[in-house]
Amino acid sequence: MTQTLPRLTGIMAQAPEPGFAWHLSEDTRLALVSLVYLVAAALFIFGLKRMSHPRTARSGNLTSSLGMLLAIVVTLLDRAIVSYTVIAAGVIVGSIIGATIALRVRMTAMPQMVGFLNGSGGLASAVVAFAEFSNLPADPRLDTLISVLLAVLIGMVTFTGSMVAYGKLEGWKIRGVALSSPITFRMQHWLNLLLGLVVIALGTLVTLHSTGAAAVTMAVGIVLISALLGVLLVIPIGGADMPVVICLLNSYSGLAAMTTGFVLDNRCLIITGSLVGASGIILTKIMCKAMNRSLINVVAGGFGTGDLAPGAVPAPGGEVIVRRMDAEEAAMVLEGVSSVIIVPGYGMAVAQAQHAVADLAAMLAKRGVNVRFGIHPVAGRMPGHMNILLAEANVPYELLHDLEINSEFDQCDVALVIGANDVVNPAARHNKSSPIYGMPILDVDKARTVMVCKRSLNPGFAGIENELFTRENTVMLFGDAKTVVGNIVKELTGQGGAQ
Amino acid sequence: MMLAETSVLELFLDNFVVFVLAMFVGFEVISKVPPILHTPLTSGANAISGITIVGSLVMAGSEPTLSKVLGFVAIVCAMTNVVGGYLVTNRMLKMFKKR
Repeated sequence: MTQTLPRLTGIMAQAPEPGFAWHLSEDTRLALVSLVYLVAAALFIFGLKRMSHPRTARSGNLTSSLGMLLAIVVTLLDRAIVSYTVIAAGVIVGSIIGATIALRVRMTAMPQMVGFLNGSGGLASAVVAFAEFSNLPADPRLDTLISVLLAVLIGMVTFTGSMVAYGKLEGWKIRGVALSSPITFRMQHWLNLLLGLVVIALGTLVTLHSTGAAAVTMAVGIVLISALLGVLLVIPIGGADMPVVICLLNSYSGLAAMTTGFVLDNRCLIITGSLVGASGIILTKIMCKAMNRSLINVVAGGFGTGDLAPGAVPAPGGEVIVRRMDAEEAAMVLEGVSSVIIVPGYGMAVAQAQHAVADLAAMLAKRGVNVRFGIHPVAGRMPGHMNILLAEANVPYELLHDLEINSEFDQCDVALVIGANDVVNPAARHNKSSPIYGMPILDVDKARTVMVCKRSLNPGFAGIENELFTRENTVMLFGDAKTVVGNIVKELTGQGGAQ
Repeated sequence: MMLAETSVLELFLDNFVVFVLAMFVGFEVISKVPPILHTPLTSGANAISGITIVGSLVMAGSEPTLSKVLGFVAIVCAMTNVVGGYLVTNRMLKMFKKR
């Protein structure tokens, strides 16, 4: 019985061998660690629960961070820790990086930020699992071995997938081709399937010969293939489907942590990882439902043409009659209305127009106009993207409405669409041949007048014409959203004439 | 094997029960979050997934050099996730104001 014990960490750590002088104190230590982990898990649950209202959300986030602090501090008591030098160095470096990017990032870049952080969490889980693999005893437990391999797989897919998502959201280009457009090639799905099968085969081999140089080589193979798989799974997905990808990757990063919990027999990791996994799954479901598409359809990718370069005007087919207005005329119309619903989309984020839009809303509200915002669940590049931008511009959250505002459009004087396209395309309601048929939309066309602020007649991500633009009650305000809305505000304050 | 076959199975099953119940709690708690808070929820949950720091700490503090190196990398990544996630969530939530 000289074989070393599998090193266990956390609440399920092994009872020490009989005869240990510090037997009792070790038991006490274990109990203490377990209970503190339980408290941390409870704090995470409370924290997430308080996220369900804007009033309590901030304290919820603090509660959850307190749980994290407790979990970290109590882990430092672990018997397996012999030196704190490397730990201190890692904690300092990581904290500085995290704090720097969190305090510097622009609100419009939030989707990239979340993608990046997701990726770093996934990488951490994969690295921990791989390190655990290199420390496994000669005859490891089967469940530990399988969990190690799964954690490496999920963690690496999360890491590289998130980095590709980051590149897409950041607008990176590879040899002139925008990464944000769907990148597809023949047999892509078969290649993914093949790689998945190779991972399973390697995993089975590693499970059969769990130690030795060959097993390590195969494990490294799993790391590399998982990394490639993460890239291949995200590249075919177009920029506008990013809300789904962000939710899905969020879920993966939780599941990676959860699997690492199985590796280390640490229930705090299992509980907490599961919470995040569940959160990501729910949001993924909500996003898919808001596009009336299945998850498989989104993940298969290749949907639409992606984002066209701003300013590139494709020829509108046939003679399309489009009514235009300039800022001065728009301001005149807005002077005589009593209710306005503003519908923002990704274009508002691109143009950084949220402050101009908020100014316009505040000015109209001051004149007694009933101003509200209608926000589609998938507007922007991540769930709730528009809400964050408008909150940044001091729009009170009571004015921000979901699809429930649809019942109000027919009593509304002006629906002002700013940089949104597919989510207001009436074809989704009646045109069965349209790729977006059946998708819940904001019924702006039911308003007395629809003003659409847009750079050009570019189709949206689905690559389809929007019949809204040619309707009789629609007027187009062509130009950069920030400039156009800013000019309307100037006209309304009476400074316009001085220009 | 140091551990009897049954105790390994029990340990795994206990872990599995905890996992399934935690998923249910997660579904229950999060399905009530309104759309306006979806971004902070995503980044807040993201910060929580940095819990993998717990595994990284033990790894970095242990004896073998490989564990130390990998542990250091894992701590840096997990800490970036935790600190960045909580701070940016707090920054966003600070902006939500009533009329």
